[in-house]
Amino acid sequence: MGVGSFFTSKLDEAIGWARKYSIFQYPFVTACCGMEYMATACSHYDIDRFGAGLPRFSPRQADVLFVVGTISHKMAPVLKRVYDQMTEPKWVVAFGVCTCTGGFYDNYATVQGIDTIIPVDVYIPGCPPRPESVIDGLMKLQDKIATAAQRF
Amino acid sequence: MDGALILDHLRAAFGAALVEAHDFRGDHTAVVARDAIAGVLRHCRDEAALGFDVLMDLTAVDYLVYPGREGGSRFEVVYHLYSIAHNHRLRVKVRVPEEDAVVPTVMTVWPIADWMEREVWDMFGIRFAGHPDLRRLLLYEEFVGHPLRKDYPINRRQPLIGPRI
Amino acid sequence: MAERTTREFMLGEGSGTGSGSQALHVGVGPAHPAMHGIIRIAAELDGEIITRADVEIGYLHRAFEKECEVGGWNNAIPYTDRLNYVSPLINNFGYAHAVEKLLGIEVTERCRYIRTIMAEISRVCDHLTCVGASAMELGAFTVFLYMIKAREYLWELVEAVTGARLTISYGRVGGVKADLPAGFAEMARPAFKETREVLDEVHRLLTGNRIFMDRMVGVGALSREETIAYAITGPMLRAAGVGYDVRRAQPHWAYDRVEWEVPTRTDGDNYARYLVRMAEMEQSMRIAEQALEALPGGPINVDFEGRPIDPASYVDQGKQGKTGGLLLLPITLSPNLEGQGRAAQARVNAHDKRVVLPPKETTYGSIEGLMNHFMLIMEGYGIRPPQGEAYFATEGANGELGFYVVSDGGDRPYRVRCRPPCLPPLAALHRMIEGEMVADLVPTFGSVNMIGGELDR
Ligand code: SF4
Repeated sequence: MGVGSFFTSKLDEAIGWARKYSIFQYPFVTACCGMEYMATACSHYDIDRFGAGLPRFSPRQADVLFVVGTISHKMAPVLKRVYDQMTEPKWVVAFGVCTCTGGFYDNYATVQGIDTIIPVDVYIPGCPPRPESVIDGLMKLQDKIATAAQRF
Repeated sequence: MDGALILDHLRAAFGAALVEAHDFRGDHTAVVARDAIAGVLRHCRDEAALGFDVLMDLTAVDYLVYPGREGGSRFEVVYHLYSIAHNHRLRVKVRVPEEDAVVPTVMTVWPIADWMEREVWDMFGIRFAGHPDLRRLLLYEEFVGHPLRKDYPINRRQPLIGPRI
Repeated sequence: MAERTTREFMLGEGSGTGSGSQALHVGVGPAHPAMHGIIRIAAELDGEIITRADVEIGYLHRAFEKECEVGGWNNAIPYTDRLNYVSPLINNFGYAHAVEKLLGIEVTERCRYIRTIMAEISRVCDHLTCVGASAMELGAFTVFLYMIKAREYLWELVEAVTGARLTISYGRVGGVKADLPAGFAEMARPAFKETREVLDEVHRLLTGNRIFMDRMVGVGALSREETIAYAITGPMLRAAGVGYDVRRAQPHWAYDRVEWEVPTRTDGDNYARYLVRMAEMEQSMRIAEQALEALPGGPINVDFEGRPIDPASYVDQGKQGKTGGLLLLPITLSPNLEGQGRAAQARVNAHDKRVVLPPKETTYGSIEGLMNHFMLIMEGYGIRPPQGEAYFATEGANGELGFYVVSDGGDRPYRVRCRPPCLPPLAALHRMIEGEMVADLVPTFGSVNMIGGELDR
């Protein structure tokens, strides 16, 4: 291992460590899962312990897109637009089974999983997922952020 | 007022325009001829003894596959009325054939009918004559068909973006 | 183009010199930072004043009414959870009662009380979320945190009864899923106490708060006549001076056996709506407490006397056809089936085999029970209400929540229509925001308490 690559990998680690604890999320809240999102974000479960406490309601300032709740076909273009507006590096969390696969809404109105529209990094199943599993999903995302090759 | 008295009152006031009247499980229902519907509903609101000041709900039912209704009018538009002063309810229905699915609007009687009629148009494809702005309410303009009709398959998707699954 | 000034070029035609002022079109939503719901408002502005607004909804249309038509009558219950997902219990019971009306059956006395208690707990959760979220949007984040904390206590109660926090599916046609767990009244007491403390704190933080009042008093007002003409019910109607409440006007469950008041205000503005909601939470807790006090059937005792048998071997024996004498055996139910034993089922469910699933002991302990179970579950059988239609309304958190069900005599609903309490206020939203400032959109939208699930269904 050359000196150069030693430094880049150390730098990657450092940046990954920093990034993983400074998640600025954009909650794209549409439906029932939003209630559990609120519960997770508030004092009882306190998502701030993981450095993800501050929601940014502008896609341009956010780096993790939380898609929370059913996405209908009418809403799909809006979701795509929001995703496109986010700057790199960016990650997407599918929160709730509706966003993972369409859930138990298998009908003319709903998108069967947001991964048909945008790429997804972490899936959190559950209808709605309990705050504990949301936090578990968030920690998985943190691992992913920390260990990935960093682009900057 | 008791439900039966309301129906008697309507029968006296409108005669043959009241096609049918019945009650089932305490819900009193008047089926009204299509041409008379706007007049009947306005009367229901304005007549002091009836005083139906709230249009609680406006919806429709598609009787395409209902046993015993073959050959009859396909749709029924259903109005649920409520009177705050008298605390009584009434259901008014009007039968609508498929070929000529048009009902006069009641927007001028209750402004809430605006959105409710748009929803019925969206879901059932029943038009409301005199409605100035009959756009879809819940679905998007690109959507073809009316999903709550019995012959619309539940999983026929019409995505705006993404694959058709 | 040439004579256009830079200012005009940057800010749009008509800004400043030249052709005079011109309306500015602003689209708010569907994903907008200051709004906790997905609707789109196409507003036309004159300066900071909204002159015209066009509200567009439907971004959460999930085909509730169509989905109900493809499963059995009880299969619609999980879909009703997700109508108004902040107070799902009320939807469950409203739908179940509509179908019971169609069937012409009565639920047991104890079930009426359980429905009352759980519906009121749900209503408190709903109002907490509504007030908390709209206060947050006005900058009072503390209030939001406090109120969600209180909601968390109540959700623990809900979880103890139903097994889930949010999507509870607790109602059943003919009753409820299970009896209340042992010691529920003792669990409820501290939760209500905490909630009352939070309400008290919020009163001190908001009710006389200068900033809060400036944003709320006189904003988003709707006259009494217009509120009625737009079929708005619930807290918004009561804030406009009409004391209509379905629980009082057409009492059902146990609402006529407890003492409570219908809080009203007369101003019809956002502040009045806030006060009505705050007062209603107290009344709801009052109702729930009295109902818990008067709960018929006494304390629930799931420990039976005699020789207990573990559920697994009970089921095994039943499956092998060795049902002789099984029915007489008491069984220790697993904890997650608490409240679903034979005795508990008899207390909370209507005694009608055509509608209510038999308790699990009977299903596995006797051939009749097994057949009864299959007859209700199998495709083509199930609950079969007679041909006809029924409309039943209860008081949802946002107003009259009506279910209109039509049966063709089959095992599936022919049509289920939900009268969404949320839709009328949204239809009138343009009347509340036109002529007011853009910033006032936020508190007004908050006080409407738009819930996507029931608005778009
Ligand atoms: S996953 Fe379940 S709780 Fe979440 S939005 Fe979908 S239906 Fe609602």
